Amino acid sequence: MASIRELHQQLVRKERSAVEIAREALDHIAQTEPRVKSFLTLTADLALEQAQRVDAKIAAGESIGPLAGIPIAIKDNMCTRGIRTTCASKMLDNFVPPYESTVTQKLFDAGAVMVGKTNLDEFAMGSSTENSAFQVTANPWDLERVPGGSSGGSAAAVAAGQCLVSIGSDTGGSIRQPAAFCGVVGLKPTYGLVSRYGLVAFASSLDQVGPFGRSVEDTALLLGTIAGYDPKDSTSLNVPIPNYAKSLLPDFRPKSKLKVGVIQETFGAGLDAEVEKAVEDALKVLQELGAEIEVVSCPRFRYGLPTYYIIAPSEASANLARYDGVKYGFRAPGENLLEMYEKTRAAGFGSEVKRRIAIGTYALSAGYYDAYYLRAQKVRTLIKQDFERAFARVDVLISPTAPTTAFKAGEKTDDPVSMYLSDLMTIPVNLAGLPALSLPCGFDRNGMPIGMQIIGDVLREDLVLEVAHAYEQATHWHVKRPEIAPD
Amino acid sequence: MSLSLDEVRKVAHLARIQLTAEEEEKFAAQLNNILTYVEQLSELDVTDVEPTTRAIDVNNVMRPDQLDRYTDREGLLGCAPDRDEDFFKVPKILNS
Repeated sequence: MASIRELHQQLVRKERSAVEIAREALDHIAQTEPRVKSFLTLTADLALEQAQRVDAKIAAGESIGPLAGIPIAIKDNMCTRGIRTTCASKMLDNFVPPYESTVTQKLFDAGAVMVGKTNLDEFAMGSSTENSAFQVTANPWDLERVPGGSSGGSAAAVAAGQCLVSIGSDTGGSIRQPAAFCGVVGLKPTYGLVSRYGLVAFASSLDQVGPFGRSVEDTALLLGTIAGYDPKDSTSLNVPIPNYAKSLLPDFRPKSKLKVGVIQETFGAGLDAEVEKAVEDALKVLQELGAEIEVVSCPRFRYGLPTYYIIAPSEASANLARYDGVKYGFRAPGENLLEMYEKTRAAGFGSEVKRRIAIGTYALSAGYYDAYYLRAQKVRTLIKQDFERAFARVDVLISPTAPTTAFKAGEKTDDPVSMYLSDLMTIPVNLAGLPALSLPCGFDRNGMPIGMQIIGDVLREDLVLEVAHAYEQATHWHVKRPEIAPD
Repeated sequence: MSLSLDEVRKVAHLARIQLTAEEEEKFAAQLNNILTYVEQLSELDVTDVEPTTRAIDVNNVMRPDQLDRYTDREGLLGCAPDRDEDFFKVPKILNS
């Protein structure tokens, strides 16, 4: 599979049909899925039906948009009407939503072809996709390693060429960290840019939906399709949406005085030496392209992780109270209502979800609220201020996406805090609500991809994408594919 | 700060999750590790710092107070683990 732009041209010129493209994706999924296990549900019939509709439009001489006929995978925490939506939890094993999320509705209206729903850490809580109640997804570059998480299925599906683009969600790094681990591009938009209507809630002050793609341009085209105001989401921003892809001109160079800030605190102790080297080399490339590099300090950056591990579980404990075995989802039998609740939640949730609900319940309980939740919200303000000060001086900020490349499955499952550390670099961005993208910037000695994070100021997705595109065009890391992917 | 087994049981009850004895032990240890880790937040002086409740400030969203009828009643009730015609069915609430 090529790029969105190339497939679009082939469709418009009638060199290939959308059904042919869909069949090719489905065939490749059939070949690779037993090894990669990206999908919880395959929607082959729907994909072919959607592709036929695109072909009918082309045959009738109607114009089609860039996403029409493009095979896409959707993280299984986005509600799809009539299609099982599990959040990789036993709790929602049999849940078939009676409504459509705004993001999938927009994609279907744009003619995108959904091949399936992808695996994730249960309720998006995790950094390796090993917390799925159903299966462990493999990293397409090394099947013994994790794809990252929580959107591991969506990242792996794009890396393995099972689809061209995909949708994930990012609460503390769940798009960017798997994008880095799988060698693809992933973008977490500004909080509120993309509607969360139909996204199963985890931590509502942090959750945001975003795109994965093989290239910056594909990612930009997908963002443009899903972004925009939605009256059904009260946190949705009512702002004009620029044409993100249009600004990625073929001969684009960063404006002469583009200032790139390097976050000092993300380098040093705990950072893998090969990751450090790759990001430093990337900075040199940006400098050669005309950017001015400046080291900036965000002194409270390192408090992002402990802040997150109060705020996210607290919000999760409230959001997940709805899984009570009454209106939908799983129910365990009980003698009375209370027993039914307790047994349903005991059997329906996995360990990490229970752990986070317990932490959140504790942090919000009487006597502890000020010491934990309120304090964390205040530290959140300090972290935001660090970013505000940095963006007064520079246009974008750069850091590694994750401190290491993809680790082996099973390596960190028994030590929650060590697992949490892989989100060290991404979490502060969610706390501040900023847009940030991860893109490939090299490989380590094991051949595993390394990711670089580009952070923008509020609603500066356009600038983040421009810088990423300029770097990508100068380096072409994204062209290298794992063996499992088709040519 | 250290979490006792009793506190773990209390939290589990508040969260309406039944834990096995083994889970109680494991959670007490793991939750203590997490709480020790977040202790570092007390290093920062947060006097006079306003809490951030949402990443990006959005003003209250208003809409006209108009009835918008939801039509897919069956679709919603059809998701229920147990129902009796148009009602969600649950086990008895009172023990008497």
